[in-house]
Amino acid sequence: MLADHQRLTGLLLAAPALLGLLVFVAIPFLLALTLAFTNLRLGSPLPVEFVGFDQFRRIFSDPAFLRALVNNTVFALLVVPLQTALALALALLLQQRLKGRVLFRTLFFMPVVFPLSLIAVIWILIYAPGPNGMMNHFLTTISFGAWLPRDFLHDPYLALPAIMLTSIWQGTGFQMLILLAGLQTIPDELYEAARIDGAGRMATFLHVTLPQLRNTLIFVVLVTTILAFRLFDQVQIMTHGGPRNATTTVMFEAVQAAFGRQQVAIGAAMSVVLFVVVLVITLLQQHVARHEREIS
Amino acid sequence: MPHNIVLRLTSYAALVVAALLFVAPLLFMFAGSLKPDDQVLLEAGSWRAFLPDTIAWQNYLDVFARVRFGRYLMNSLFITSMIVAAGLIVNSLAGYAFARLQWTGRDILFAGVLTIMIVPLEAIAVPLFYQVTLFGWRDTYIVQILPFLANAFSIYLFYTFFIGLPRELEEAARIDGASVLRTFVSVIVPNSKPVFATVAILTFLMQWGAFLWPLMVTSGEAVRPLPLAVSTFHSLPPLQWGDIFAFGVMMVSPVLIVFLLFQRWFVRGVVATGIKG
Repeated sequence: MLADHQRLTGLLLAAPALLGLLVFVAIPFLLALTLAFTNLRLGSPLPVEFVGFDQFRRIFSDPAFLRALVNNTVFALLVVPLQTALALALALLLQQRLKGRVLFRTLFFMPVVFPLSLIAVIWILIYAPGPNGMMNHFLTTISFGAWLPRDFLHDPYLALPAIMLTSIWQGTGFQMLILLAGLQTIPDELYEAARIDGAGRMATFLHVTLPQLRNTLIFVVLVTTILAFRLFDQVQIMTHGGPRNATTTVMFEAVQAAFGRQQVAIGAAMSVVLFVVVLVITLLQQHVARHEREIS
Repeated sequence: MPHNIVLRLTSYAALVVAALLFVAPLLFMFAGSLKPDDQVLLEAGSWRAFLPDTIAWQNYLDVFARVRFGRYLMNSLFITSMIVAAGLIVNSLAGYAFARLQWTGRDILFAGVLTIMIVPLEAIAVPLFYQVTLFGWRDTYIVQILPFLANAFSIYLFYTFFIGLPRELEEAARIDGASVLRTFVSVIVPNSKPVFATVAILTFLMQWGAFLWPLMVTSGEAVRPLPLAVSTFHSLPPLQWGDIFAFGVMMVSPVLIVFLLFQRWFVRGVVATGIKG
């Protein structure tokens, strides 16, 4: 009797959330898979028809989209290791029980609570051209005058690195906090054992800290890599994809197509590519994490 | 021992340098918001960038004179608080149903929720945009709220917390004849404050900064939230950096206050996102 009653209650309690996920995640997802194979354009007089892989052929021969894929990949390849290394270094510094560590942790984490759009706007001014610009002045000072002022966000070679630096500055605190939590789960006995064995700091780091932190590191790398492929806000605000597609990204191209040019089908095809990339990264991470577990 | 002191000093030096680099852009904004507009860019290349000579509130008044800041703020507060409040109810109920109740289809539906967790908003933004256009929902509050109530990751966080609660909690209430919903409200919720706080903070942080979706679905300023408004304010001539920074300070203050007051919960919230790994 009670079991029957519970049977319905469970479904009823979960129903609102399940309905939400169905209508606003599952259906749009299936819709993306469907629309990508049509020629749908908002406001177009042409009848909507099935066009097979045409849209995919189109986007993969579109130089801007290919450039976007390259940019996202370069972004991931540079930002992920740099940001992870920096976050790990800060986490290790905070791991020592120094006075004031809570204050430092707060300061490093502060950029994370700032909306990305606001951060993008602040950094536009930091990258202001001319010797008076903050970044230009900083680089000139630390290079003893060797740095000549540049217009970062309009420079085809510097615009993407400039966005990367902003992203690292914003995202490091988040990673640092997760790594710090990971560090704190390492049992003291392991460090004690390493000390008794006469292991130095470097040896302890390589043979105790890193292996113990492996799963946390894999997770943090996964999240940052996926974020690299979702990159949009900074690009939209700081460079609008330019100069000459130097900073365009998959998401920026998708929004341009679907929203700017009303080409919903092309935007959907780009979304599908984005999802496949995210899926591959996730499966890869799970594979690596499982593999590591089997070894240990 | 001396070796130890050297290590400590190096650690402190590294921390101080890092802290200065992390805080500089934020100080730049706070100081700039108090300076006359033309001085912000002029002094950006010197240490004066981080220090206002005089405290002038003119920029703050200018923001209110130039745009409807109050309106954007109310929009952001309304949208975010609706998503947080309704999201807590909807997702905690689902998490509870998955963690503690027996029902047909539970396991397969939960597998579905876990699968959906990896779909980022970006991957579905375009079709969702098309879908809400068909619904005729563009330029409304509802289009900025409803799609974000149900959240697979929130359900997962509630699920992992509830499954760890002792069974005895509910059994006593059941014997007294309380219904499932009543048991949830009077026994489970009071014992689950940490997970509610964590989910609330994560949701708040995510939604307060939402940019991509409002950019796609709002065109008028009536329902536009702050993150979108700051980028349009930046491109609104004349370019006055003092005003833009004053806008930024006012926009980030609510989050900053919540962050400094509830920092412990923020830390837990962020660490909770790492539990997955």
